[in-house]
Amino acid sequence: MLFLDHIWLIPLFPAVGAALMFFFGRKLQKATVSTVCVGSVVLAFLMACGAVWQYTNWAPANDNKPYQTILYTWLGTDTGHLNFQKSDGSPAPLQADAGFLLDPLSSIWLLFVTGVGMLIHIYSTGYMAHEGGYYRFFGYLNLFMFSMLTLILANNYVLMFVGWEGVGLCSYLLIGFYFHRKSASDAANKAFIVNRIGDAGFLLGMFFIAWYMGSLRFVDVTAAARSGAFHIGDPIITAATLLLFVGACGKSAQLPLYVWLPDAMEGPTPVSALIHAATMVTAGVYMVARSNALFVLAPKSMLVVAIVGALTAIFAASIGLVQNDIKRVLAYSTVSQLGYMFLALGVGAFSAGVFHVFTHAFFKALLFLGAGSVIHAMSGEQDMRNMGDLSGKIPVTFRTMFIATLAIAGIPGLAGFFSKDEILWQAWKFSPYLWAIGFATALMTAFYMFRLIYLTFWSPSRVASHEVEHHIHESPKSMTVPLVILAFFSLTVGYLGVPPSLGGSNHFEKFLEPVFANAQEKEAPPTGESGPGLTEYLLMGLSVAAAGAGWLLASRAYGNAGKGYTEPIAAAAPPVYRTLLNKYYVDEGYDYVFTGRRKVGEVRLGVMGAGEASSWFDSHVIDGAVNAAGWITRFTATFSSGWDKWIIDGLFVNGIAYATQPFSYLARLFEWGLVQWYALVMTAGLVGFVFYYVYH
Amino acid sequence: MDAMLHITTLHYLVLGAALFLLGVIGVLTRRNVVIVLMSIELILNAVNLNLVAFSRYWQGIHGPNALHGQVFAIFVITDAAAEAAVGLGILIAFFRNKETVNVDEVNLLKW
Repeated sequence: MLFLDHIWLIPLFPAVGAALMFFFGRKLQKATVSTVCVGSVVLAFLMACGAVWQYTNWAPANDNKPYQTILYTWLGTDTGHLNFQKSDGSPAPLQADAGFLLDPLSSIWLLFVTGVGMLIHIYSTGYMAHEGGYYRFFGYLNLFMFSMLTLILANNYVLMFVGWEGVGLCSYLLIGFYFHRKSASDAANKAFIVNRIGDAGFLLGMFFIAWYMGSLRFVDVTAAARSGAFHIGDPIITAATLLLFVGACGKSAQLPLYVWLPDAMEGPTPVSALIHAATMVTAGVYMVARSNALFVLAPKSMLVVAIVGALTAIFAASIGLVQNDIKRVLAYSTVSQLGYMFLALGVGAFSAGVFHVFTHAFFKALLFLGAGSVIHAMSGEQDMRNMGDLSGKIPVTFRTMFIATLAIAGIPGLAGFFSKDEILWQAWKFSPYLWAIGFATALMTAFYMFRLIYLTFWSPSRVASHEVEHHIHESPKSMTVPLVILAFFSLTVGYLGVPPSLGGSNHFEKFLEPVFANAQEKEAPPTGESGPGLTEYLLMGLSVAAAGAGWLLASRAYGNAGKGYTEPIAAAAPPVYRTLLNKYYVDEGYDYVFTGRRKVGEVRLGVMGAGEASSWFDSHVIDGAVNAAGWITRFTATFSSGWDKWIIDGLFVNGIAYATQPFSYLARLFEWGLVQWYALVMTAGLVGFVFYYVYH
Repeated sequence: MDAMLHITTLHYLVLGAALFLLGVIGVLTRRNVVIVLMSIELILNAVNLNLVAFSRYWQGIHGPNALHGQVFAIFVITDAAAEAAVGLGILIAFFRNKETVNVDEVNLLKW
């Protein structure tokens, strides 16, 4: 039990690598950086293999239950002092462990994340050899590995969220690796901000679960959900799962939050391969699969997941049909394939979805690394219109990418065939409409992938300058060896999940059975078909035909694409072509509605527009009312003051005085100041009185 | 002869009226404040004469104890003394400022 007991070492190795790069990276030689960072991931990979091997030995003897090891309580306390109230009023401890969980689901992620991650680290030593910031790049990559492994191995939602945010941060840092380029830093911001929306949903979903279930540990939540205490269609669980799915939409680039992923191609190509194709973007699938016991209780959420997945699949695939940037084609392909995975999860075929994640990780990483190799050979050129006829010049890249293309297109015998066909079959069982969308997407997938192959490798050379033409060279061993290894896996991993209808026993599904126990019961009722039906073979034949048709169409359209070739879609329906080339104008729409960078005339729409409108309302209406009140008050004050001054003081007070004054002139004539005159008047008055009284 | 020499109340009243008239004319016509004050004394004394004459008249009717008029005359004399003192005080203060005692030059107290 050496590996299993020390499972915490798996994320720790890359963490140490990242820390070393952070503190000492600047002073280290490139060779040292490579040794430390690649070494840490190799160690993690070996540890992961050992742990999974030991788990497969341990599990059968332990009822196939997940292996959980809790190091310590990381958030909250285990003394019960920090309780919150559950929905039923009972107290529950608020705590999150630094704990690790290994079960078949995390085993699969653990293996391909460390495995593909290791190969991409090796590849990067070649790809980034001539770039500045070498240590910074590897430091970020190691930090990413640490976060991703934390996400995968976490035994509770909170720790998973830490990893979730960690990979988001690393994604941001690595998309913006060429930070001196405005487009790169913009793309990094976009990825980070769009992911925030999803993360908010994840957080809220988490709170719902804690409030409703009383615990955030996966084992507790799963056990509670399967205990039968909650009925199917429980509104709280529906809300919680929908919120979790919002989080998954952000991280796994589903409608309507997919917009960041195509722009994320601004990062170095190994980053696109590792983070934006193979591992991080599948975190949403992982989280939904991890919460499968909850999703099974919420059929409405499942339906939403399936519909969003199907729509995303066909939406992104249609955009991919006409893109000219080799990495953008692959980016839309990734979005589309992620849509497939969610379609599978939504129809209840969890293990089919996970299987597609697994196979997709190999061939999509291979495609991106191959594209990186092409770009490397073309001296940085990414536009497929300026490529062509590279098959003989970079044969290893060509052959490996061709294998990956066959795999993703669904050519029988390769990885993608088995996983995609399983999804389409399960979708058919759920609803033929969803199958039809998936089928159309499969046709488009084959078309755009072979378009990529034809334009890049087979059609006549359209290379712009002789200098570039002359410089074309096969990549170094450090880059081709990972390609070859990934190509080998793209060829073979499909055989892990051969369905019974093709004579296999679907080991993959059996391995995952303990995780999706109740989902399986629901998905295949006992009355279901006992053996492979005719329909299944028919659908299989149709999807193979779709792959072949896509190849054929692409070869007809691009087989002889010389300089200035025309796109068949552009020739047939220019408006459709323009719409697809401009990605359905979704970014422009978001610019109008959410970011406020664009206006209709003078008016800004959406959130910013609302802000601007309320700002206008505030400054004109509210402030206007305030000012009006002020003006009215000032007017009445002026009036009142004038009244006081002119009417009260003027008319009544002074007016009376002025009116009195003229009389005073008369009166004061008697006041002339000579005493004897007064005396004379007095005497005269006296005499007058006397005469009056005497003779009256 | 005896009848001629017999002095009645009417005589006193006529004398008092004459004195009063003289005093009033003095007050109204003389410019010198000192003479005005002296004229006021004349008026007061005319009144005193009246009071004493009526006192004498009352003694003839009510007996020798009817002395009210005489008492009143003594009050008036006291009052006249006080008045003369105050009046002369004002006169001196006035003279110090204006260096004159003419009453027609004392005309500042007006509107």
